[in-house]
Amino acid sequence: MSGFARHRRSKHLIATFTGLEADLLRSLAAQLVELLRNEAAVPRDDVDPLEAMMDFSGPTTEPDDPVLARLFPTAYQHDEEAAAEFRRFTEGGLRDGKANAAITIIDGLEEAGLPPELTEDGLMIDVELDEPTAETWMRSLTDLRLALATRLEVEEGDEDYWHSLPDDDPRAQAHDIYEWVGYLQETLVRALSSR
Amino acid sequence: MTVLAVPWVTIVWNDPVNLMSYVTYVFQKYFGYDKKKAEKLMLEVHEDGRSVVSSGSREEMERDVQAMHEYGLWATLDKQQ
Repeated sequence: MSGFARHRRSKHLIATFTGLEADLLRSLAAQLVELLRNEAAVPRDDVDPLEAMMDFSGPTTEPDDPVLARLFPTAYQHDEEAAAEFRRFTEGGLRDGKANAAITIIDGLEEAGLPPELTEDGLMIDVELDEPTAETWMRSLTDLRLALATRLEVEEGDEDYWHSLPDDDPRAQAHDIYEWVGYLQETLVRALSSR
Repeated sequence: MTVLAVPWVTIVWNDPVNLMSYVTYVFQKYFGYDKKKAEKLMLEVHEDGRSVVSSGSREEMERDVQAMHEYGLWATLDKQQ
């Protein structure tokens, strides 16, 4: 694939994916949606069940899952109480926003012709996004990269390590996918920056 | 008599994931900074590990931090040193 470019006349952001690439991107986005919705936003088994059910406020402690902890960082480093309050008021909305952004990617791919089950060989998917939708994709590609990098424990300047792994190492394959999503995002940022 | 409120700052921290081009784009788009200022702040994040990207009231900084989290940047707020 050649990444995103800006269409000269319509100014839309366009990219062509193979069926396999589109299917992979959809699967990553779907996993992110599941993660965002699965781990209870209010993990509190220490309170009375009725009280817990009546509590509609947001979570106050950092999520257990390291990916979620990275997506929803602690806003106050030196004030636990303020950090809890900030989380209570923001995490729910941020979770919904990130889940909706990932769903925008899934919908975009399916509207462009990706079938529910990929069976056909040689399928090509042409995606065309207006600017606001492209920005949503760009944000969600960030979330996907953060999720993959957190799972892989990517660190600054560790490219040599990843490239030294044998090709059939599943971690090397996952890292290739991480790099591919990075390439996709880089081309999208560049296309959005050009007029 | 005027009591001056203590100014607050939004700090963006370096991470090994976010692309330099993306971070610059976010600073331009969200804060309305020109490309030169956005790139300077991005390089501070990249090279110094952190950069103060905005300052103002506590409420304003909470909004900025929330927006940075929407964009997937690692941001915190603190009282100005």
